[in-house]
Amino acid sequence: MSETNTEVITAMRLNTLKRHFREGAKNIWRNSWMTIASVGAVTTTLILVGAFLALMINLNHIADNLEEDVQIKAFIDLTADEAEIEAVGEELERIPEVSLVQFSTKEEELQSLIESMGEEGSIWDLYEQDNPLSHAYVVKTTDPLDTASVATKIEAIDNVEKVNYGQEVVQNLFTFNSYARNIGLALIIGLVFTAIFLISNTIKITIMARRKEIEIMKLVGATNGFIRWPFFVEGLLLGVLGSIIPIAVIVSAYYYITNNVDTLTQFEFVELLEFNPFAWQLSLLILAIGAGIGVWGSVMSVRKFLKV
Amino acid sequence: MIDMQGVYKTYPNGVTALNGIDVTIEQGEFVYVVGPSGAGKSTFIKLIFREEKPSKGSIVVNNMDVPFLKWKQVPLLRRNIGVVYQDFKLLPKMTVYENVAFALEVIEETPRNMRRRVMEVLDLVGLKNKARFIPDELSGGEQQRVSIARAIVNYPKLLIADEPTGNLDPDTSWDIMRILDEINASGTTIIMATHSKEIVNTIKKRVIAIEGGLIVRDEHRGDYGYEA
Ligand SMILES: Nc1ncnc2c1ncn2[C@@H]1O[C@H](COP(=O)(O)OP(=O)(O)OP(=O)(O)O)[C@@H](O)[C@H]1O
Ligand SMILES: [Mg+2]
Repeated sequence: MSETNTEVITAMRLNTLKRHFREGAKNIWRNSWMTIASVGAVTTTLILVGAFLALMINLNHIADNLEEDVQIKAFIDLTADEAEIEAVGEELERIPEVSLVQFSTKEEELQSLIESMGEEGSIWDLYEQDNPLSHAYVVKTTDPLDTASVATKIEAIDNVEKVNYGQEVVQNLFTFNSYARNIGLALIIGLVFTAIFLISNTIKITIMARRKEIEIMKLVGATNGFIRWPFFVEGLLLGVLGSIIPIAVIVSAYYYITNNVDTLTQFEFVELLEFNPFAWQLSLLILAIGAGIGVWGSVMSVRKFLKV
Repeated sequence: MIDMQGVYKTYPNGVTALNGIDVTIEQGEFVYVVGPSGAGKSTFIKLIFREEKPSKGSIVVNNMDVPFLKWKQVPLLRRNIGVVYQDFKLLPKMTVYENVAFALEVIEETPRNMRRRVMEVLDLVGLKNKARFIPDELSGGEQQRVSIARAIVNYPKLLIADEPTGNLDPDTSWDIMRILDEINASGTTIIMATHSKEIVNTIKKRVIAIEGGLIVRDEHRGDYGYEA
């Protein structure tokens, strides 16, 4: 007996939920000019947010790559014997922030020097018989930001002649990266809030016109929740509709850029995130932001008319 | 069913519409509310389903203490009261069918029952063939009938009608009165504000006359009492 009762209740609720979705979708048609205005607002802001996100995430990725490449070279005294070289290696491994220690003989050092010089490097070939370089340890830190402090520690180790990590360049890179990240984050948050404000305002203006409808619904005995649901669905649909064009624009632009990155920039270190999966992840993010601001704008603006 | 004691209503603009109303209406009664324009008939009616709150006095409807209802309970009060408004109050973007169905959707009626019942009442008010029209495409009288259909569709215990025949030709008016009489015969309480001398004097019911915000006459099987 009680079982059939609950069955009836859930069946009705499901029907009501369907009704809310149907009603929300119908409202998109019934209020066509509001739909156009809101979708337009969502579209413009999402294109901005999307382009900016793509830029920021890629800049961040490039910065990460550059930071990854940062390494410390500890050159060993020319006078050190094998046991002493070994001891330096062991000491390096004991530094907690260090993630990788790699030994590089002076022959390997010369080889990489010649390679990095390209054409001009060939004059160094002369030195192959009488190599003036030192053996070295290549050290990487878990967090690239620890590079400077670790380098100081390494300098203090016996038999380490010199430490090199491109001191000034690295410092500037880190400062630039941290500025870029913070400013980027602030701009994205600012943009999203502007978008929410814009959209809730658009919907608010049009809901003014629907104030009478809400009043009538309440007079016929509708609860606030019953009135709110279709608005929720409507906001969701507006957000989703508004993200179609931005996704199309950004995916195709990104496709073009990733395929032409070599001709667009001369810098080798510019290595963009792969089109697949990044473009799709970004699309999902745009869709989620769009749906979020649609729902938020819609539900917020209907709220104050429900207190009647 | 309805009990009002010492009810006053002063609108925010300072107009006092009701000046101390005491009245009791039993379940199943059919009551005409008559009186000159501006007497307070619509105000009296609006207090019953909490469209307005009284400034003073007690109102009990269906055992609910109307002025002190929490806002969450107001929908429950209204679902048991069908209201036909002087200005129809139809949802402008919904079809006739959707407008009537709305009153059943809020009580979560099943779709099958909903379709059957909505078509039934639309048939009753003679608008079955206009179910897909929106209010703007209907005449005043037709809109009036939609609002009647919506008011009776969920078998309310109480039906309130503010001049339900105000916009209708005599023939349709009598049709509407026949419908209301049938609904009343099935046990629904009916309160109807009207200016129609003919109707009040022909279909004899209890008559409450309001003048200047006071009940000046209350008689069973009464007359309209004013020159039309
Ligand atoms: N919302 C309102 N705000 C202020 N005053 C109002 C409001 N509604 C009605 N009134 C005033 O209250 C008085 C009674 O109005 P009410 O609508 O109850 O009259 P009525 O008897 O229904 O008249 P009618 O027969 O013309 O419909 C009138 O003087 C009117 O101006
Ligand atoms: Mg009136």
